[in-house]
Amino acid sequence: MSLDIVQMVLVTVVSAATPLIIAAMGELVAERAGVLNLGVEGMMVLGAAVGFAVAVETGSTLLGAVGGAGAGLALSALFGLLTVGLAANQVASGLALTIMGLGLSGLAGASYVGLKREPAPHLHIPVLSDLPGVGRLLFGADAFVYVALALVAGVSWFLWRTRAGLTLRAIGDDHTATHALGLPVRKVRFLAVLFGGACAGLAGAYLSLAYTPFWAPAMTAGRGWIALALVVFASWRPLRVAAGALLFGGTTVLQLHAQAAGLGLPGQALSALPYIATILALVLLSLGRRQGGSLAPAALGRDFTPHR
Amino acid sequence: MRLDLRPRSRRSPLLAALSPVLAFAGAVFIGGIAVALLGVSPAAAFLTYFVTPLSEVWSLQEVALKAAPLALIATGLAFCYRANLWNIGAEGQFVVGGLAGGWVGVATHGSEGFTLWILPLMLLVGTLAGVAYAMIPALLKVRLGVSEILTSLMLVYVAELLLDYMARGPLRDPAGYNFPQSVAFDGAARLPYLAEGETLHAGVLIAFGAVALATLVLTRTLFGFAVRVVGASPRAARFAGFSDARMTFAAFAISGGAAGLAGIAEVAGRIGQLQPTISPGYGFTAIIVAFLGRLSPPGILVAALVIALTTIGGEAAQIDLKLPLDLTRAFQGLLLGLVLGADVLARFHVRLVPGGPASPRA
Repeated sequence: MSLDIVQMVLVTVVSAATPLIIAAMGELVAERAGVLNLGVEGMMVLGAAVGFAVAVETGSTLLGAVGGAGAGLALSALFGLLTVGLAANQVASGLALTIMGLGLSGLAGASYVGLKREPAPHLHIPVLSDLPGVGRLLFGADAFVYVALALVAGVSWFLWRTRAGLTLRAIGDDHTATHALGLPVRKVRFLAVLFGGACAGLAGAYLSLAYTPFWAPAMTAGRGWIALALVVFASWRPLRVAAGALLFGGTTVLQLHAQAAGLGLPGQALSALPYIATILALVLLSLGRRQGGSLAPAALGRDFTPHR
Repeated sequence: MRLDLRPRSRRSPLLAALSPVLAFAGAVFIGGIAVALLGVSPAAAFLTYFVTPLSEVWSLQEVALKAAPLALIATGLAFCYRANLWNIGAEGQFVVGGLAGGWVGVATHGSEGFTLWILPLMLLVGTLAGVAYAMIPALLKVRLGVSEILTSLMLVYVAELLLDYMARGPLRDPAGYNFPQSVAFDGAARLPYLAEGETLHAGVLIAFGAVALATLVLTRTLFGFAVRVVGASPRAARFAGFSDARMTFAAFAISGGAAGLAGIAEVAGRIGQLQPTISPGYGFTAIIVAFLGRLSPPGILVAALVIALTTIGGEAAQIDLKLPLDLTRAFQGLLLGLVLGADVLARFHVRLVPGGPASPRA
């Protein structure tokens, strides 16, 4: 019996971690290429709105997810044009993207507020999914969870086991040298930004299609920013992103359970927990590596024009 | 085809001044298309957004009242952004300033006798609270190298929740029929109105005074010079002996203090009590204002008036034309993006050239 309760808790932890993993994997690739896109929150919330709208109109969760990813991709294309194409300031452009995404998502989702749909279907394999203790956790999640896992494996493999991945990391570390070698700096960066946008949009679609199967304005509630923090926290490594996301998912679930249990703490203090935990995690991380310098891609956030 | 950017030997001052205007025109054009797609005449929308608010005394006052906190916060942020420090938590510093200053207003409620000290104390406490709140990301950045972008942003959520808790809990008016708000401040705890029977209050003067002061500091003092050098060339600034740590603390203190002052001015001015939320996102909109004003205080003042105009116009458009408020936000985000993109004209010679990717040169 208690085994099932543990499994229940773990299932909620995984589902809280999934959007963070998906969004953070996309941002990790963009940052590894040297582009800091602070617009994750905006792309995510637009993905949530568009994903839900498409799913309601077509009746298909899959098309909704594709629509959400497409919306994030479109918004990130604008960011890529500004920062990679026109060498605009990345921090400010990312903020513009967040503000614009919040506004556009309100427009796109306006007529879908209050609608509900069935959450994304969960996998069911006759014997495996019913295994006591682990069945639902391992074989009974929705497709987004498996996509998130595949992303972690795929990005790890791509960045460290392929030539293209090596190129991408090299560009993120030194765009001048890689440009001198004849590598297409701006093209790779633009593609990395697009990948990040699609992932953020997909993460948003997960929120409105599976996590809370409805759309509400600004429903991402800072998750995009937490995903950004996760990438730093994970020292730009995919496996650590996944571990960190589970940790944060745990914090979220802890907060929900504490709120339900009524610990006597004000609800606002518990709601603030994920944000404070993010700050604490960043502090602890930097305390842990006082020596050795920064692990960030060396050219992160610096703009590049071919003639410099 | 590829985009060819060739750095100009020096920034073109004409294009630097012109690019925000171009960006604004571009944003209005795209906004017009969006409005037409929503089934409203772009001309009618243009009138409602940008002209009608200028035609009546009450709406002109509203524009000034919205522009004041935006200009104040953005002026503070300009110091940070010029020095390549990314305080994006002005919203949190605004809220904490309003909360701490408003607390003084609640605590002194019903004071008898000499009460002239109450309002100055509120303003001071609000400002200092904003400074203190901004010191958290500054300290973490200087001492531990933690990204100020993420910490300052996370602290916004914490500040909002703190205000929500205080306004619903400890600072709630016990005789207020359980409404989640504090007592209404005494007259001595309110910023005075500039004219009898109007809405314009002294907070507007504070904001415009601060903009003037910031202009002087940036252009006429060694500190202002240091801020500009750090932004233009961090390496040169280090050779000149300007300390990174001291610059970080100073810039965060200025921007936090300005945001805190704007917060308490809003609470002691327009609102007159503490409520669970006191800001319609001033701290974030101010980021747009700062860049739209090219990080210079006079430009910021103009930009704040323009953005305030679109906000008031957006409220009117929601009522008159049934255009959603989110349209205004999307428009403001688009405007910021275009401003940043248009900046390329001042920094580079831009050409579209045929052919493949740029060849590397020595």
